[in-house]
Amino acid sequence: METPLLSVKDLRIQFNSREGVNEAVKGINFDIEAGKTLAVVGESGSGKSVSAMALTRLLPKPPICEINGQVHYDGQDVMAMSSADLRHIRGKEIAYIFQEPSVSLNPVFTIGSQIAEAIKLHMPHIKDVNAHIIDALDKVGIRDAEKRIKDYPHQLSGGMQQRVMIAMALVCEPRILVADEPTTALDVTIQAQIMDLLREVRERTGMAILLITHNFGIVNHFADDVAVMFRGEIVERGPVDQVLSKPEHPYTQALLDCIPRLGEKRERLTTIDHDKLAV
Amino acid sequence: MIGFIIRRILALIPMLLGIAFLMFLLMSLTPGDFLTPIRMQRDISDEYIQQLERQFGLDQHWTIQYFLWLKNAVQFDLGYSFAYKVPVAELLGERIFATVLLAISAMVFAWIIAIPLGMLAAIKKGSIFDRLSSILAFAALSMPEFFLGLIAVYVVAQTGILPIGGFTSIEHDYLPWFAQVIDIAKHLILPAFVLGVGYIGYVMRIMRSSFIDTMHAEFVKTARAKGLSENKVMFKHVLRNAINPMISVFGLTFSFLLSGSLIIEIVFSYPGLGNLIYFALIREDQFLVIGSVMMSCTVLVICNLIADILLAWSDPRIRLSEGGAE
Repeated sequence: METPLLSVKDLRIQFNSREGVNEAVKGINFDIEAGKTLAVVGESGSGKSVSAMALTRLLPKPPICEINGQVHYDGQDVMAMSSADLRHIRGKEIAYIFQEPSVSLNPVFTIGSQIAEAIKLHMPHIKDVNAHIIDALDKVGIRDAEKRIKDYPHQLSGGMQQRVMIAMALVCEPRILVADEPTTALDVTIQAQIMDLLREVRERTGMAILLITHNFGIVNHFADDVAVMFRGEIVERGPVDQVLSKPEHPYTQALLDCIPRLGEKRERLTTIDHDKLAV
Repeated sequence: MIGFIIRRILALIPMLLGIAFLMFLLMSLTPGDFLTPIRMQRDISDEYIQQLERQFGLDQHWTIQYFLWLKNAVQFDLGYSFAYKVPVAELLGERIFATVLLAISAMVFAWIIAIPLGMLAAIKKGSIFDRLSSILAFAALSMPEFFLGLIAVYVVAQTGILPIGGFTSIEHDYLPWFAQVIDIAKHLILPAFVLGVGYIGYVMRIMRSSFIDTMHAEFVKTARAKGLSENKVMFKHVLRNAINPMISVFGLTFSFLLSGSLIIEIVFSYPGLGNLIYFALIREDQFLVIGSVMMSCTVLVICNLIADILLAWSDPRIRLSEGGAE
């Protein structure tokens, strides 16, 4: 097996506050191979988002937050990097898209200028920045891109905003895209469009994706591997087919049981009994 | 946008009429009138006093006085000052410039200091600098203006580095224009400083909390994830958003400065509107009181209008259309 593009070993994250110490992530391991998609599934507060943020140390500085463990990107030790080197990884090698596009874009700058920022930062050799932005918007399916670059985020719909976020993330051709619940804030038809777009981009660019979600439907159709997180730990990990058809951990089983199926009659939706799982 | 500005200015007219009505009512409720000191002199005959009452229109009911005043006011005649014996409009024209200059100087002084301080306190939240600046801000806020003014007058009088009262020096009229400007600036420093100090504390606290709020916005995470340096994240993405609420604060707090300047103007015998209102009130110089209050209101409304226009320019989400603010 070749060395993975990104490898995470024994990652521990804790938040310190006056009320006490909160261990958000308790030693997780996972790898992302080039061109593959890993889905991380888990309920709110299971530590999936903070783990993703920790990959490029996007979390608050100590003493508020402490990150321990190892993160290697392409052979480089991310945890030991200077903040200047780290900024070359952020956006250029590992790009992010977030849950709520409406608040993830800066409301007072045009979308064009926000994308331009990334280009000027990571690809200073590009002369015609405008043409590059238009091309990037074109590729994520935004029509009349020449006109749209002067729009402010509030002038676009939620789906369009997420497309802009994706365009901004992809403009520097990163090798890993971290998609932190990219469709949670969108309605179902737009969700499907965004996932189609991500699939298309993945095929075109061959980048790896770390998809954070709690939607098993998306995992099933989109990811190669899946890691199930529960209370700061990865309780189960493996190829999607295997995990979904033969879940080994009771939490995975419980999660899968929660999905309502078409044509099935239930009095109430199944919930997860945390007390039973905590043992 | 132009329609919006015109409508806002037109809306000023009924407001001013309402204010004038209220002022007439309030003045009628206060005991005595401009002639009270004259009536108390025994050697002035009753006939003469009645003649004066008729002359000043003080023998009428206050509502009739109001409508008489209104008839002249719509022709831009705000009446004569009883005490100064000159048209009110003329007096106001002289004083308003001095007061607005004082308020704007105090504001510029306060903002230049408060905005960077508030920003630094927010970035270094919880640090010694943050705590120290908060303590100083509260100290500045709770210091009464007249007290600080008296201390300032005392210190300056002892050292003699600045003039301590008035708007210009005696020889002002004989100076070349640039020396006149310097002369006015010298007279302005002390009152503007005293008026600005409390305001610094106020603006700094609001700036701090606005900046802290913005620092937690999602788009800040996006900016960092893009690979931007911390300076660029703070001074471009956060600052540009954190400043927007401050523009509204500018419009709203201008009234603080106008009313604060009343006390400052008296302490420094500065010939501004506040000083004028104060003595007009004491002497019950009816039309002058009404004219000055209306003038203050107009300045305030115009400042809020400027703030709205600035905000629309600064925040693309606020669009002023022909139909009004969205």
